[in-house]
Amino acid sequence: MSIDMAQFHQAFFEESFEGLDAMETGLLNLDLGDADVEEINTIFRAAHSIKGGSGTFGFTDIANFTHVMETLLDEMRDGRRQVTQIAVDTLLRSVDCLRDMMTATSEGTAIDQANVAKHKEELDNLLHGGAGTQTAEVSQAPGDNTGKRGDGQGWQIVFAPHEHLLRTGNDPVRIFRELGELGGLRAEADIAQMPALADMDPEVCYLSWDLRLLGAAPRVAIDDIFAWVEDDADMAIVDLDQQDEIKGEVSPLKEVDAETAPPSPAKTANPPAASAPTTPGGSEERRKPVAGGGGSNANSGSIRVGIDKIDGLINMVGELVITQSMLGMLGEHFDMSKVDRLKDGLVQLERHTRELQESVMRIRMLPISFTFSRFPRMVHDLSSKLGKKIELVMSGEHTEVDKTVIEKIGDPLVHLVRNSLDHGIEMPQDRIAKGKPETGIVHLNAYHKGGNIIIEIKDDGKGLPAEKLLAKARQRGLVSEDANLGTKQIYELIFLPGFSTAEQVSDVSGRGVGMDVVRKNIQALGGTIDIESEEGVGTTFTIRLPLTLAILDGQSVVVGDEIYIVPLVSIIESIQIKPQMINLVAGRGEVFRLRERYLPVIRLNEIFGIPNARAKDLSEGLLVVVEGDGQRCGLFVDDLQGQQQVVIKSLEANYRRVDGVSGATILGDGSVALILDIPGLLRLAGRNQPLEQRLSA
Amino acid sequence: MSSAAAEQIEQPTFERDNESKGAEYLTFSLGGEEYGVDILRVQEIRGWEPVTRIPNSPSYVKGVVNLRGAIVPIIDLREQFHLGQVEYSTTTVVVVLQVNNDSGQRVMGVVVEAVSDVVNADRAQVQTTPAFGARVKTEFISGLAASEGKMIMLLDVDKLLNSAELRDTEAENGE
Repeated sequence: MSIDMAQFHQAFFEESFEGLDAMETGLLNLDLGDADVEEINTIFRAAHSIKGGSGTFGFTDIANFTHVMETLLDEMRDGRRQVTQIAVDTLLRSVDCLRDMMTATSEGTAIDQANVAKHKEELDNLLHGGAGTQTAEVSQAPGDNTGKRGDGQGWQIVFAPHEHLLRTGNDPVRIFRELGELGGLRAEADIAQMPALADMDPEVCYLSWDLRLLGAAPRVAIDDIFAWVEDDADMAIVDLDQQDEIKGEVSPLKEVDAETAPPSPAKTANPPAASAPTTPGGSEERRKPVAGGGGSNANSGSIRVGIDKIDGLINMVGELVITQSMLGMLGEHFDMSKVDRLKDGLVQLERHTRELQESVMRIRMLPISFTFSRFPRMVHDLSSKLGKKIELVMSGEHTEVDKTVIEKIGDPLVHLVRNSLDHGIEMPQDRIAKGKPETGIVHLNAYHKGGNIIIEIKDDGKGLPAEKLLAKARQRGLVSEDANLGTKQIYELIFLPGFSTAEQVSDVSGRGVGMDVVRKNIQALGGTIDIESEEGVGTTFTIRLPLTLAILDGQSVVVGDEIYIVPLVSIIESIQIKPQMINLVAGRGEVFRLRERYLPVIRLNEIFGIPNARAKDLSEGLLVVVEGDGQRCGLFVDDLQGQQQVVIKSLEANYRRVDGVSGATILGDGSVALILDIPGLLRLAGRNQPLEQRLSA
Repeated sequence: MSSAAAEQIEQPTFERDNESKGAEYLTFSLGGEEYGVDILRVQEIRGWEPVTRIPNSPSYVKGVVNLRGAIVPIIDLREQFHLGQVEYSTTTVVVVLQVNNDSGQRVMGVVVEAVSDVVNADRAQVQTTPAFGARVKTEFISGLAASEGKMIMLLDVDKLLNSAELRDTEAENGE
């Protein structure tokens, strides 16, 4: 059989990375000492399928490594090993190592064998170390299959496959043959369930077996052989020595082990090699692969879509086809009497098109938990490194976000969360001194609001020291000495590029590191970031992102002969103003008064050099009050046209970025209209230079 | 979408590699002069249609059009070469060209007066550009060829349409 296995590799890696994430989450959720069996099972299953998959595809390094982890997990699952902090930490590091191996394999680069060997040794040490403090019998053969059982009696295996076993492609005979290679095998088949020949279904397994394997085969080897069928059969594996104690108890999905010795407390005593995890170096090295793994996961070119979404799409397309054929029939023999039916049909067509569009967009939407899932680990690692007690609370993980947002928002979020951990939350003793609970809370929250997605990062730490920030900014000459800044403006300072060097006073150190990059990334997604903070109480970062990047609700505005699209989310209102509302600042800049606020006027025809603008006087046209980057202004246009959803097309693809324009779209008549970028327009206007001059230069 | 369209017409450039055989050029007239572009770079030839003006762009960038869903800028070569402005009529032609640069491929349209011919220029026939003789910045001209007694200026599409004003470089935003 020559199937090109390479075609399945992508799927395998995707699944494995998901499996690794699941293992990581599971490990972090484990309660030490009193671990939930189901939780361990989840971790075990993930490891098991990675092992199986990598074995199938011939990635033996991965398979071997996972095997050792699996053995350890198996012992935990059976209660033969206690879940200790050291074991969990070792497993977490192994997950990272495995992720590195997986990444290397998927990229076709060499695996860092030294690193693998190191982690494997740690695992082995843990395995043997645990065993060393117990009786020799309990030492289940660890992954390298070197450990043999002390006695040579053998095993009794009760194997009762479920009826559908044969349909899953598993053949008991093959299993027995493999068992036979481990030692002398005697198999007795129970044919009690066998129906009369006439009633027999050849695809149903009616048999069950009582197997006796003689010799010193390790338990792990037997488990391996049954690994593929354990979910499809009732099994019991009993040591022949102790058979008297447990009489072939058959329970589904559970292997009964005669040697369920009570976990020895001595197990926590670990060899020195395994006790390294608490060193800072360990967690440092650990953090990197997490981010890397998350990145490669999100960046892969494919997307997993729930079957319900696909079904919804198919329904929608069906409806669309029906409407189309109805309209087609109508058009064949059309006369004016059918005009009402035509209109109905068109309305239906519009509705279906819109629904279809929405469903297609929904395919690109993924829950934000894809991004959030990396944080428990990060908080776990960082808090122990920093010596702080921090609890991470997450809510709204199911909020769906465009795939591009998922890919791009990860790094800014990591940065913000790290800042909160590092600089927001105080040391436990400081917190107690301030009368706060010892454990600090970082709250990650995501929700939809209007056409936006809001992501909040909230901590109950010490807040931003406004005074110090301002002093620092003055010292660096970023703000003039006499400038009078509001608190909000002071917080904005941390987004300044110059504010991010290391030699800041200790209290604010790092608060500004890379914050300019964070803001730039968020702006690149068409979003904004706000800060709210109270000293001693905490800080909240609020990120506001557009729901989707491909389509926006737009308001068409007319200036002269040209049509522009204003994103509906930036529009506050549209008003017609009276001459007395207008004032001049320094004889030039026009401002108008709107509900106790003075807002600048931007004449679109001037800033864009549009000829033939109809409205010359401000009272002749309309002012569209827009907001961008927290600033408001009145955009002066001739007239408004309808609102519509527009598909965003890139101008950069074939031309270049244009100031004040975020992209282009194609209107119903096939012509192109430009989409205004309100923050960009405000910056353009801020340059305060007549355009004719700039162009002629 | 544009890149997909561009890829469709991307052909093996064996003719260009094997330069002793020469290459084929699409020739067109601009202000009475004859110019030519490598025919493998020509994606399509279209009639002039109204464009959407782009604010704050050089005057020779007429605007953008919708080319089967892609937004494609239209450049008037006569204005770029200072050959004077000509009224657009129904015979005005837009040659849609594929432009390569280090960051990939782009599609742009150039407005010309009329498309003339396809000529085959042997390598031996192509002269290097003299330092003067055309009202064009000679850096855009890869060589001169003769066809039926007329001189044809062969344009280097990549240099012509990758000038700083036509691509996304942060550098020239400062003014």
